[in-house]
Order: sequence, then C-alpha cells, then structure tokens
Amino acid sequence: MSAARESEALPATAPAPRARSAVRASLARLLAVWHARNLEFLRDRSAMIFTLAVPLLTVVGMSFVFGGAPRPLFKVGVLTSALKAEHHPFLHERYFDFVAEPRLDQALHAVSRNELDLLMAPGAPTRYWVNPDSPKGYISERLLLQADPHAQRVPVSGASVRYVDWLFPGILGMNMMFSCLFGVGYVVLRYRKSGFLKRLNATPLSAFEFLTAQVLSRLGLTLLVTVILYVGIGLTIHFHNAGSTALLLLVAVLGSLSLISFGLIIAARFSSEELVGGLLNLLAWPMMLLSGIWFSLEGAPRWVQLAGQLLPLTHVLSAARAVALDGAALREITGDLAYLALTTLVFLSYGAWSFRWRVE
Amino acid sequence: MENRPAPLPSPGSAPHALLEVRGLEKQYGAVRAVDGVSLSIPAGSCFGLLGPNGAGKTTSIEIMEGILAPSAGEVLYRGEPLGARFRAEAGILFQKTALQDFLTVRQTVALFRGLYAHGYGVDELLHMCALERLARRDNRKVSGGQLQRLLFAVALANDPAILFLDEPTTGLDPQARRNFWDLIEAMKARGKTILLTTHYMEEAELLCDEVAIMDHGRIIAQGAPRALLQQHFARMLLELPRQEFPASARNLPLQLFEAADRIEITTDDLDGTLRRLMDARVPLTHLRIRPPNLEDLFLELTGRELRA
Repeated sequence: MSAARESEALPATAPAPRARSAVRASLARLLAVWHARNLEFLRDRSAMIFTLAVPLLTVVGMSFVFGGAPRPLFKVGVLTSALKAEHHPFLHERYFDFVAEPRLDQALHAVSRNELDLLMAPGAPTRYWVNPDSPKGYISERLLLQADPHAQRVPVSGASVRYVDWLFPGILGMNMMFSCLFGVGYVVLRYRKSGFLKRLNATPLSAFEFLTAQVLSRLGLTLLVTVILYVGIGLTIHFHNAGSTALLLLVAVLGSLSLISFGLIIAARFSSEELVGGLLNLLAWPMMLLSGIWFSLEGAPRWVQLAGQLLPLTHVLSAARAVALDGAALREITGDLAYLALTTLVFLSYGAWSFRWRVE
Repeated sequence: MENRPAPLPSPGSAPHALLEVRGLEKQYGAVRAVDGVSLSIPAGSCFGLLGPNGAGKTTSIEIMEGILAPSAGEVLYRGEPLGARFRAEAGILFQKTALQDFLTVRQTVALFRGLYAHGYGVDELLHMCALERLARRDNRKVSGGQLQRLLFAVALANDPAILFLDEPTTGLDPQARRNFWDLIEAMKARGKTILLTTHYMEEAELLCDEVAIMDHGRIIAQGAPRALLQQHFARMLLELPRQEFPASARNLPLQLFEAADRIEITTDDLDGTLRRLMDARVPLTHLRIRPPNLEDLFLELTGRELRA
C-alpha cells in the first residue's frame, strides 16, 4: 500500500486521541484496582496493625543490636575466671570480644569448633591455641603476635573443624526452618480462606487430627529436601559426619516436627496473608540470629543465650553439630531431643486448642 | 455398602423428631440474625426452610449443623445436644464451599469417605451421583451441575441419617436443577431426613413435606405446603398482560399487583371480580386464572420489596 493510500485509510488525527483515551482507560482500571486493594488492606485491621508494628519493632531491635559501640569482629577466649584488661596488652585491642573461659577443656572444644577464634592464657610467656583451619583464627593470631611477640602457640590436640563444616548444619537447619514454618502456614491459611476447613469441620475430623496430618505431610517433604541437600552439599564440600547418620536423621525428624508445629500455632488462628506472613517472619528471624546458624552465641549476654535456648532451631543445631562434628551418641543429645519432642507436643496442642475452622 | 449404622424407621411409621430446635437466637453486634427459631423435624421427612435473602436461613441452618454457636437456644439431635454422634450421622452441603485442589473427583470422594467410620463405598457414591465418568477428572474442572453432584456425593459419604442442603440448586441450569431434584427424591425414598433451604418455591413445593417461611430471623409460617396455602390463601389468582390492562382500570377496588409484564389480581370473589373487569372494559382474551402457589404465599408473607 502506498503512503498516500495509507493516509487515506487512517485519518491523521485519529490515533493520538484514541491512544490518550486508551491510556486514560488503562489508568482508570489501574486506579480502581489500586483503590480496592488499599481498602482491603486498611479494613484488615490485624494486618494493618501488624504491618505498622513491624517497622517499629525493627527499629527497636536494630537500635538494640547495632546501637552503642561498634560490634566486635573476633571472639577470643581468655583462660581465667575473672577477666581484667590489665592481664595482657592484647586485651586492649578494639573490635575483639574477649570472653572469660574458666575451663581449658571447654574452651579448647570451642576453638576446635570455631566458636572461639583464639584462646589465650595470659602469663609469662602467654600461651595461645588457635584452630589452623580458621581464617578468623589466623588474623587473630597475627594481631596477638603484634601485641605480644613472645606469645607461644600451643598445638590444639584432636581434630579441628573447618568453619564450613561447622556452618553446614546451620545451613541445613535454616532451610528446614523456612520450609517448616512457611510450607504449612500458608497452606492452612488458604484452606481456611477458601472454606475447605469449614467443610472439614462438618465431619468428625478433630483439629488435632487435621493439624497432625498436616505436620506429618510436611515432615516427609522436609526430610526429603534435607537429605538431598545433605548429600549434595556434603559431597561438594567433602563433609565428614563424625557420628551416626541415623542419629542425625532422628534430629532432623524431631526438629522438623517441632518447627512445623511452631508455625502451626500462627496458622491455626488467622485468616490474613499479611498477618500470617509477618508473624511467621517474627518467628523466623529470632531463630536466624539467636539459634547459632551463622555464629556461636559464646560470650553473648546471658539473657540472649537463654532466649536462644528457648528456640527449637537452637536445639536442632546443637544436637546436629554434636553428632556430626563430635560424634556424640544418643545419650549426649537426649536433652535437645526431649526439648524438641516436648515443644512439638506443646505447639500442636496449643494449635489444636486455638484452631479456627472458618474465617470469623 | 459398608458398615451401615442402624436403619431409620420407615417413612410410614410414627414420626418422631430427629432434630429439634428450641428458641434459637444469633446476635452479630446490633444485628439479630436469628430471633427465636423453634422447629421440629421428624425422621424421614423433607423440611424446607424458605425466606428472602438475609432472612436468617443460612445462619439458622449453620447453627443446626453445629458449625456456628448460637447466642441462645439449643439444637437437639435424637434428643441430645449436637456431639460426636451427630457429626458421624450428618451429611452437609453448604451454600458455598471449597474442595482440596489437585484432587480428582474420585480422590475427593475418597478423602471425605475416609473421615467416617461408616458409609457408602466410593464407587457406590460415584454411581449414586452419576459421577463415574468424571471420576478421574480434576475437581476444579467440572461444571457447576457436576460440582454440585460431587458435593452431594461428599455429603452422602457417611450414609447420613440427616442431610442439610443449603440452597443446593442455586445457580444451576434447569436440566441440572431437575437432575439434582431426582437425587434428593432418591434420598427421600431411602428414608433420609432432609433439611433444605431454597429460593425456589417450585423446588420446595415439589420436594418438601413441610416448610417454614423465615423473615427477619423469625419463622412467620410453618406447615405442609398445601395446608399453608389453604390456611393463608383461600383465594384465586388472576393474571392479565400488563399492556392490555387499561390505565382507568387500575383504580378499581381490587387487590392488584403490577409485575413487569403482567397484572396480578388476588380475589376470593371470582365472579364479582370478573364482572368488575368486564364493566371496566378490560380485555380478558389472555386472562389466566390459577390457584395460588407457594411463591404467591411467600410473596404475600414476606412482601415484594427487593431484599439485599
């Protein structure tokens, strides 16, 4: 078609107003949906309050964690019952967290597991122990020798653990935690919103039976994923399990049960995606920081350590590391396993008690 | 059939109340959704709960199903408060419900069958509700009528002694509705006690042995459909095309209602009314005279204004 005929077929002035009109219509549609979504959010009071509360809690938490003096980069154990800076010039160094360690055996265990970057015993001469596979231990050693060139290194007896080996159970545990908390939480929420739970409520099925079925279903999936990750990453990083694989599996089973049940106490009640998502995050983040996924709480304030001990993931990681890194037997991790079993029962019972079958 | 519970008395035997409701109330803030509902449903009967939108039917039936707690009053099943036995013996089809995603029709029926100790077999349920050919289809990919049949099969999973059907045919096409009526008739023939809510008066008239008409949370009339009509409506109904009805005749001293396409005149003096219409030169070529039905009674009792 020639240019002249094209201009005959399409009036020159038509496209611009038509395009403007289409844009206006598109914007109107966008505005209508935007407005409706805002109304939905504003009228969902629980979600709105929570959404506003989270930034406030974040500000408080961040100011608490990162406020005040800069955080130390290295953690050094000092073999003494009462720590005093005048014990050694190295203790004046900045960005070090010096922790009093009254018992040599426990302190050496912490060094071998990368929970302490270095252990020193001030004296004449000062002695120190360091994990040869620890990068932070290497830097700590260089700085110690700068402050005290006569300090003497004492070899660490027994096998030392690479940081990656120490970290590996933490990574598996973190993945397990997210899978357990969010995998079941949103499913139950969807069932409630769609009315499927209301239909189940018209049958003899009890809340406890329903929740237990959800827990067991998720357990299978979580274990499968965890085993795949364990084998896959383990082969990649040449991870060596010092203990029993069956015992590790038992830790994973009880840990998953406890974490899934933990998520269910949130999913048992609420019907708002925003609220449930926020509350599940509120459970996840303390575990991310206080359960020892990335770093040990050695030397942290007592109350922080106690708070960490309340969280199921702390016991999962404690037991898993004891088995995988130290070759611990069942009796040595009984406390952790009992805590996981007990919390599973408590969380499930509370979830069943507070369970809502329908949107109120 | 697997492990059936003890059979109910046959419909011919002396009726006794299977479900009894006493002084039921439900308050939502300032709104009283149910206001003193009492009724008694004999075993083996089909009881219809009728009423306009917002009359309190669904709230009432959900309290009777044990899904909602009443603000006051009680519901007795076989003379006892609702409990484990009721859950085991009741079949429920909600007005709105959802099923678990990604399951086939058969798997959905099997899921609910698995929740009861007694009941029909899965194949029997599929056969009863004409679902055999859909057995392997995803439950999200069935038509409205097929979905209602599936939900009915789910409600029948435990071979229930009492069936609650909350507006089961709303939104279905005429064929699907009639097909569903056949299913309900089949359950009646098996001696099931049925509590049905519906907007369709034709449905209630056809299926129900007894109906209660609700409005503003109260029962305003109750009885067998025929008896109710005789009690409230010893009159005849005349229908004329609206466009043929002269404006001058609209002031005649008659009980007259103007619908969109017709004029309805209710009278207990048929001869006198016809004489008045002829005197007013109203063409009677398309006159229809019929006895009032349940819908007329419903409109008479609940009014003709639009409900929410």
